[in-house]
Amino acid sequence: MAEVLVLVDHVDGEVKKVTFELLTVARRLGEPSAVVVGEPGTSEKLTAALGAYGAAKVYAAESAQAVQFLVTPQVDVLAGLVQRVSPAAVLVPASIDGKEIAGRLAVRTGSGLLSEVVDIDGEGGGSHSLFGGAYDATAKVVRGTPVVTVLPGAVEAEQAAGAAAVEQVEVPAATGARITGRQPAEAGDRPELTEASVVVSGGRGVGSAENFAVVEKLADSLGAAVGASRAAVDSGFYPHQFQVGQTGKTVSPQLYIALGISGAIQHRAGMQTSKTIVAVNKDPEAPIFEIADYGVVGDLFKVAPQLTDEITKRKG
Amino acid sequence: MNIVVLVKQVPDTYSERKLTDADHTLDRESADAVLDEINERAVEEALQIKEAHGGEVTVVCMGPDRATDAIRKALSMGADKAVHLSDAALHGTDAPATARALAKVIGTVAGVDLVIAGNESTDGRAGAVPAMVAEVLGWPQLTYARKVGIDGSSVRIERETDAGVLTVEAELPAVVSVTEKINEPRYPSFKGIMAAKKKPVTVLSLADAGIDASEVGLAGAASQVVASAPKPPKQAGVKVTDEGEGGVRIAEFLAGEKLL
Ligand SMILES: Cc1cc2nc3c(=O)[nH]c(=O)nc-3n(C[C@H](O)[C@H](O)[C@H](O)COP(=O)(O)OP(=O)(O)OC[C@H]3O[C@@H](n4cnc5c(N)ncnc54)[C@H](O)[C@@H]3O)c2cc1C
Ligand SMILES: Nc1ncnc2c1ncn2[C@@H]1O[C@H](COP(=O)(O)O)[C@@H](O)[C@H]1O
Repeated sequence: MAEVLVLVDHVDGEVKKVTFELLTVARRLGEPSAVVVGEPGTSEKLTAALGAYGAAKVYAAESAQAVQFLVTPQVDVLAGLVQRVSPAAVLVPASIDGKEIAGRLAVRTGSGLLSEVVDIDGEGGGSHSLFGGAYDATAKVVRGTPVVTVLPGAVEAEQAAGAAAVEQVEVPAATGARITGRQPAEAGDRPELTEASVVVSGGRGVGSAENFAVVEKLADSLGAAVGASRAAVDSGFYPHQFQVGQTGKTVSPQLYIALGISGAIQHRAGMQTSKTIVAVNKDPEAPIFEIADYGVVGDLFKVAPQLTDEITKRKG
Repeated sequence: MNIVVLVKQVPDTYSERKLTDADHTLDRESADAVLDEINERAVEEALQIKEAHGGEVTVVCMGPDRATDAIRKALSMGADKAVHLSDAALHGTDAPATARALAKVIGTVAGVDLVIAGNESTDGRAGAVPAMVAEVLGWPQLTYARKVGIDGSSVRIERETDAGVLTVEAELPAVVSVTEKINEPRYPSFKGIMAAKKKPVTVLSLADAGIDASEVGLAGAASQVVASAPKPPKQAGVKVTDEGEGGVRIAEFLAGEKLL
């Protein structure tokens, strides 16, 4: 069976969930091989978890330089493996780094690129959701090795036993842009926005940075991630990395709760594929109600705290 | 400092966007077209660097004839000249081939030190064209910049992503992409708009740019859309007015949906 290369997303010695989703999809196309690019000693910490999701092999590409250059070490390693093992496909998380890595790999190997797919069938057809969920499309790679980026959270990760046989591979001497400083994002206690099964977002209607505590309290009662509209971000109520929408994150959780968000088309583009949508807005004409499964016309400062209390009561 | 800014004309996100039934490409006629907002910021950054270090700003755009409007907008902001790759055979070009074509066009501009692009476009959202252009040119990639600094012959950016903020440095020539947070683009002045009408715009066909027609378009694409369909819009559900019980009502709804 042909190998399918999966680029491993990892942070602080832990495999990120999207990798397990990619390994799950990879099994439909062939035998998954996980590719770890990192500092010496990285793969050791990740191997067991990768094996638990079906990785037959783990290619360990480790060097000090691997983390000192932007994107190019991953491209170099994957390009080398593509040449050597002729995989059925290369799967990469559709993160910012992942999309850049995949794009460069496609150029270097003369291959087709499928970007941000939400599913792949056994023949390698990738499903896309376009224009923020307004369109579905299926695409196929017709030349070279399919290079595919897969959106986090789009498929359910399923465990499967894999041998996870480790093989060291060389990281070619790096060139390109050098990383000279690093301020890791603060992890915080909440789940990551794109990975969370529940997201509670606040908009301009929240009114101030202090008032965002109302959004956070509701989120915490549900174990949810916090999101924000661009208007809320632009007004300085909440940091940029939490923006949901066309120019922010695309989220597709089980439950999305929008507080004081009007539902502009650009905001909807980032959240309308959520399974269930709840909205609270004092304007009965707000467009968010057109896509809400449950809408409450009312003041978020009355409704949200009451909901938080009710959830705490029911859970307690 | 000679700077190329990559600009793209995109359908206005406020208008309805569709794919054509014929070949599943973006129906560019059905929507209003605008200079992608992020590219206004890319132009602004180029102008600020030019103001600080001297040099020339050249706008490069690949797109149909009507992309001229987007090019004029960039020129009216203050860019000096433009090169427009426009050819019917480009219809349906995929992202890797777009990057190869853009690299060829950049090659027609003399002595380029820096290429500035937007981090991702609002229509395709590939978010990878700048990285791919860097790959083709063999230049360092400094992408997703919220801040750009030029120091002699090197460039340094702050790259902001979910993972945090990285400082990234490289020697020129290099490819930079900028995010929404980089700056506030200037409005074209009346004088700028008038001046833009006289600025040189070189229109290149594929042959002019030295690109083989088989490398681009639907035929040259290494991936193909095999099916597409609009998704039925999500239906509105229940809407209630809060009469003091709104929070409890939501909790009951969530419990009913097994979400609590
Ligand atoms: C190119 C482009 C890209 C964009 N990208 C994004 C993006 O990624 N994400 C994004 O979100 N937007 C984006 N936008 C902006 C978008 O068009 C809207 O301006 C934005 O989403 C509005 O945010 P909002 O709903 O919070 O604010 P508003 O539209 O001002 O809505 C605030 C809402 O709060 C309600 N409200 C006020 N007070 C209360 C209260 N006490 N209780 C209950 N309700 C209350 C009001 O009735 C109103 O409906 C983009 C725009 C462009 C042009
Ligand atoms: N056809 C094009 N012409 C000029 N620049 C482009 C084109 N396509 C993409 N770009 C540049 O690449 C950036 C990112 O686009 P994308 O990778 O398609 O999301 C854009 O903001 C532009 O700066």
